[in-house]
Amino acid sequence: MQAIRIKSWLSRPEFRLVFLWVAPLAFLGLFYFFPLWKIISLSFARVDDGFSNAIRELFTSQSIHQVFWFTVWQAILSTVLTLVIGLPGAFLIARYQFRGKSLLMALSGIPFVMPTLVVAAAFNALLGPQGWINLILMDLLDLPTPPLQFTHTIYAILIAHVFYNTTIVLRMVGDFWSHLDPRLTQAARTLGANRWHTFKNISLPLLIPSIAAASLLIFIFDFTSFGVILILGGPRFATLEVEIYYQTISLFNMPLAATLALIQLFCTLSITVIYTRLTSRLSNPLHLQSRSYTQERLVGWRDRIFATIMVSFLILLLVTPLVALAVRSITSLDIGRVLVGDPPPGITLDYYRELSKNRQSSIFYVPPTTAIAISLGYAMATVILAIALGFPAAWALARYSQAKINRFLDPILMLPIGTSAVTLGLGFIVALNRPPFDLRASPWLIPIAHTLVAFPFVVRSLIPALRSIQPRLHQAAAMLGASPGSIVRHIDLPLIGRAVLVAATFAFAISLGEFGATALIARPEYPTVPLVIYRYLSLPGNLNYGQALALSTILMGVCAAGILTIERFRIGGIGEF
Amino acid sequence: MIRPIWLFFLFLLSVGLILTACTPPSPSILKVMTHDSFAISDSVLKLFEDQHHVKVQFLKSGDTGTAVNKAILSKDVPLADVFYGVDNTFLSRALNEGIFESYTSPLLAEIPEKYKLDPENRLLPVDFGDVCLNYDKSYFEERVLLPPVQLEDLLKPEYKGLLVVENPATSSPGLAFLLATIAHFGQDGYLEYWQGLVENDLLVVNDWETAYRVEFSRSGGTRPIVVSYGSSPPFEVIYAEEPVSEPPTAAIVSDDACFRQIEFVGILAGTQNRKMAEAWIDFMLSVDFQEDLPLQMYVFPVNQNAQLDQTFSQYLEVPDKPATIDPQEIADNREMWIRDWTEAVLR
Repeated sequence: MQAIRIKSWLSRPEFRLVFLWVAPLAFLGLFYFFPLWKIISLSFARVDDGFSNAIRELFTSQSIHQVFWFTVWQAILSTVLTLVIGLPGAFLIARYQFRGKSLLMALSGIPFVMPTLVVAAAFNALLGPQGWINLILMDLLDLPTPPLQFTHTIYAILIAHVFYNTTIVLRMVGDFWSHLDPRLTQAARTLGANRWHTFKNISLPLLIPSIAAASLLIFIFDFTSFGVILILGGPRFATLEVEIYYQTISLFNMPLAATLALIQLFCTLSITVIYTRLTSRLSNPLHLQSRSYTQERLVGWRDRIFATIMVSFLILLLVTPLVALAVRSITSLDIGRVLVGDPPPGITLDYYRELSKNRQSSIFYVPPTTAIAISLGYAMATVILAIALGFPAAWALARYSQAKINRFLDPILMLPIGTSAVTLGLGFIVALNRPPFDLRASPWLIPIAHTLVAFPFVVRSLIPALRSIQPRLHQAAAMLGASPGSIVRHIDLPLIGRAVLVAATFAFAISLGEFGATALIARPEYPTVPLVIYRYLSLPGNLNYGQALALSTILMGVCAAGILTIERFRIGGIGEF
Repeated sequence: MIRPIWLFFLFLLSVGLILTACTPPSPSILKVMTHDSFAISDSVLKLFEDQHHVKVQFLKSGDTGTAVNKAILSKDVPLADVFYGVDNTFLSRALNEGIFESYTSPLLAEIPEKYKLDPENRLLPVDFGDVCLNYDKSYFEERVLLPPVQLEDLLKPEYKGLLVVENPATSSPGLAFLLATIAHFGQDGYLEYWQGLVENDLLVVNDWETAYRVEFSRSGGTRPIVVSYGSSPPFEVIYAEEPVSEPPTAAIVSDDACFRQIEFVGILAGTQNRKMAEAWIDFMLSVDFQEDLPLQMYVFPVNQNAQLDQTFSQYLEVPDKPATIDPQEIADNREMWIRDWTEAVLR
């Protein structure tokens, strides 16, 4: 009797919903909310009247108001720019087949993993006062001084944000777009609508959920931008994240830092709530089609011209800085400044050779192969962990969209990427300090921290695909006698396989490139590649700089190879899509 | 009746208990918390580990400021037994928070008094380094221009647009250089000096890496004078691609032009490992470790019996009279100085 009651309870949707949420919420609770709560309460408790003083400072300080407004407007502008550049690119990769497309996609993912310091060096090689572009312009226009001022301007910040985040649009929107049934637009064209009207009235409304998801992630990334502001923006610009770091580390004003961290979280939460409210009404079940069906070859001069312009533009924006970096890593730095028209400087592989030498026999030296193995190990653990936790959460959100608990939980999932890395890093130290969770010195803390960042990406990549599955398919399968498990296996997985791969790519790239949190918690014996690069950059001497460039170039290769491998991944029918 | 699932959990539990009970006692571990720049040679560390039958585990905790703050915030359940890397700009913050136990090492006898800034020996000096202006020699040779000699020279028109410094709010050498100017021009005069630098087209960046790697003329930038370390020129020789006979850069070491950073080690209050922690501190002050310092961390020994490697004695220029400010005065005024500086220079 009791067994029957339990069984009937088990099969109720509420129970299944709770079951789906258990693991993701336990993870977030232990590794996100608990540390965050500990550090914030400790920050206020450290000083008498900590909270009221912080509030007073907040309302009276002119510079903090400036920081807040700058944070907001640069994030909005960066997001809009990224969309303006990313959407035509997404259209291109969604609708056309052309040679080198998967390579272009893999290359577009590389910026995501590059340490900001290295990216700054790359941009400087192109756009700095002694950069190629300025030298060419000076040569052509016969100017005495460099015409373009790049570093320490708002343009440097905007371009770097676009450079980092375009891949999010290409992947999230491009992938969803590639599954839209082209017959819808074909019908509109046949009925006489022009391209723009077809896009505005047919494609755009269908794409809104994925565009909104991508914009949300990009906005939060730009809103919490740290390295780009600090290095490319210079000391005249500060976002909330920079101000939190400054208040925490330099002034040790913990109450104000905690207040600013809470404000940043509140903004992330508000923008996510707005997003969830908007998209819950917008997403429609669609008849998704396989890519071989939706994509066409480039025929006709209009298509070709569009494709050529778009591909060249993406290469110019995303690939040239990386090429500049790779070229510098094989150019002898001792030659000095390289001027246009000079004979080619010395080509050298010395920096790569030097990487495998431990000249000072330091105990913290790791050979590049070991650092790559460590990075890949962490990245793999992150992919597995992020998908294992993100999948049930996305499933619960997509399948039980009317459940009350979802409306509350959905925005909360985005919080980790809206949280200051310094705050959370210190939170780990003060919270996870007693057995069985004394993880402060554990190597496991790294994939856990990376998963916190990757988790929102995984959920956002999966939800549009999961929501678009037609309920009719499920009903039909169930009517024909399929068990819930086999419905998942034979209907859902093949339909969302691509989205899983996109999610895995994000988790992989995030883990490979993460620097801020990793630097705070990594054990020196197990450094990731970005940490080793940073170690070389922080020492004087051309040989060290050359090694940093060489290792960055290797990191680019590892990242591209990893993305290409994930793209090729196929389990049964998964990924065919 | 017991359900099979519970039997399974019981089995797991007992396996876990047996495993924890049977694990052999691990060799004792000494935990040393430090900053990102810490490094040590294999062989030197082995000396200590073999002598004391201990495994040393290093916890790197970000830059100096981050590491100190981490140690303070975790003082209830300390992360480690020993902390190395508090410098004289953070000394008072660390001492005021009471995170260190005093220990009067016998080796303090070999260290000159000028380095001992804590009379209670809660923090013991290990090494020092000078933050100095560096210049690109070839830039000045090509233009037949004499490099600046003292801080005042940087206001002259011939050095307009040549200097890049780090932001004291975000960078430790940046703060050190600001302190040098405060020590030299006084609390009343330093802001006027900085305003003069701004008029002479000063460039401020947020970190040493950007200043030295991007803006410095030796790295393809436009600024031939940069705030760096007194030890940077010898390292340009050691890490040159092709062996060179002379460093391509030089440090300006006239009186008061450099600020001396002294780094300290201390035993974290509440350690269960006091004896081993004391042994580690003695080891850090001993000649073996002190002579390993320069090539590993680009800083110099405080122990007067330690010998310098030949490259250093040949190329290193040490200021006779570096600028100094009392650590308590730094702790009291740091926030105000940085604010005033930001107001005067960046706004």
